[in-house]
Amino acid sequence: MVELALPKNSKMQEGKTWPKPEGATNVTEFRIYRWNPDDGKNPQIDTFYVDRDACGPMVLDGLLYIKNSIDPTLTLRRSCREGICGSCAMNIDGTNTLACTKGMDECISDVVKVYPLPHMSVVKDLVPDLNNFYAQHRSIEPYLKTVTPEPETEWLQSREDRAKLDGLYECILCACCSTSCPSYWWNGDRYLGPSILLQAYRWLIDSRDEFTGERLDNLEDPFRLYRCHTIMNCSKACPKGLNPAKAIAEIKKMLVEREI
Amino acid sequence: MTMKTHMKSVRGLGSAHSGTHHFWMQRVTATANVFLSIAFIIILIKAAGSDYEAAKALVASPLVAIAMILFVVSGIYHMHLGMQVIIEDYVHTENFKIPLVMGNKFFSIVIGLSCIYAVLTLSFGG
Repeated sequence: MVELALPKNSKMQEGKTWPKPEGATNVTEFRIYRWNPDDGKNPQIDTFYVDRDACGPMVLDGLLYIKNSIDPTLTLRRSCREGICGSCAMNIDGTNTLACTKGMDECISDVVKVYPLPHMSVVKDLVPDLNNFYAQHRSIEPYLKTVTPEPETEWLQSREDRAKLDGLYECILCACCSTSCPSYWWNGDRYLGPSILLQAYRWLIDSRDEFTGERLDNLEDPFRLYRCHTIMNCSKACPKGLNPAKAIAEIKKMLVEREI
Repeated sequence: MTMKTHMKSVRGLGSAHSGTHHFWMQRVTATANVFLSIAFIIILIKAAGSDYEAAKALVASPLVAIAMILFVVSGIYHMHLGMQVIIEDYVHTENFKIPLVMGNKFFSIVIGLSCIYAVLTLSFGG
């Protein structure tokens, strides 16, 4: 059955409150989810105080300040620090977003609350297990597939057809949308989720791809595609301003079109 | 503990190659329900306050009887589709899911046929 409450060993407890940095006048409080697979304890919420004069304005800057100056065991993924790699996706101030593009001042609450992406297995602290998500991405074969032998030069595409990929190719697979989707929470093992379906649509409407029918066959399933109930959390969550809900609706339209 | 690869789980039993008909019929019945529920409300208003004989006379009209039967068929079909989605969303154990999906079908058919029987009995002067 669907999980309506956290399992016993996932219930969060009050954690450690770290001392305020000495001499700091401009301080922001961070409350961060901590879980260590090795100590056998339940997850806990640690409180940190970030010296705003000693770091940049983004939540990621605050997290790195904590890691560098307060607790080096704080574990998180990050790489590009400019919203292009999708590594630092986490739940900040109640919504899934990228820590590197979310300003501390943008948080509605005065306290910056940071949790890992919802309803995913946690590897450690803010690092979720994305193995299933990546396998789902591989399962839709996210590359150009053709029957026609490869031309001597590049495959041609008109400007209009290329424009159809705008709003799709920008996806960085950060998983903010998929992990904000209740359908993905309840059926993430079978439902592909908004992120992967947006990627699937990106190849479905690529004018150069000749496997549209096979791609649709692969998606036509009550669970893989039709678990989407247009909740639209995905489009609200996307830190890149993309619209996965629309991409999914377009896939459904293509399937109806081929059946009727 | 499982030693299966993630890809093995994701590919699972493969695609069912179905679901579009369910999705499409949900839209078809939803559209039909917009008009049929308006018709049903009008019938209800017309019948409100009248005694049994007057209500019987109203349902004896073929137009009214057909509108009511259509409302039952479309409404119950829509209910059945929606309930199936809810079961699939929230019930993940096959031991529970299969009897529930089956029960949903039985319930819908019984309720649907009972409603149609009631309308026809009234319409043909029961």
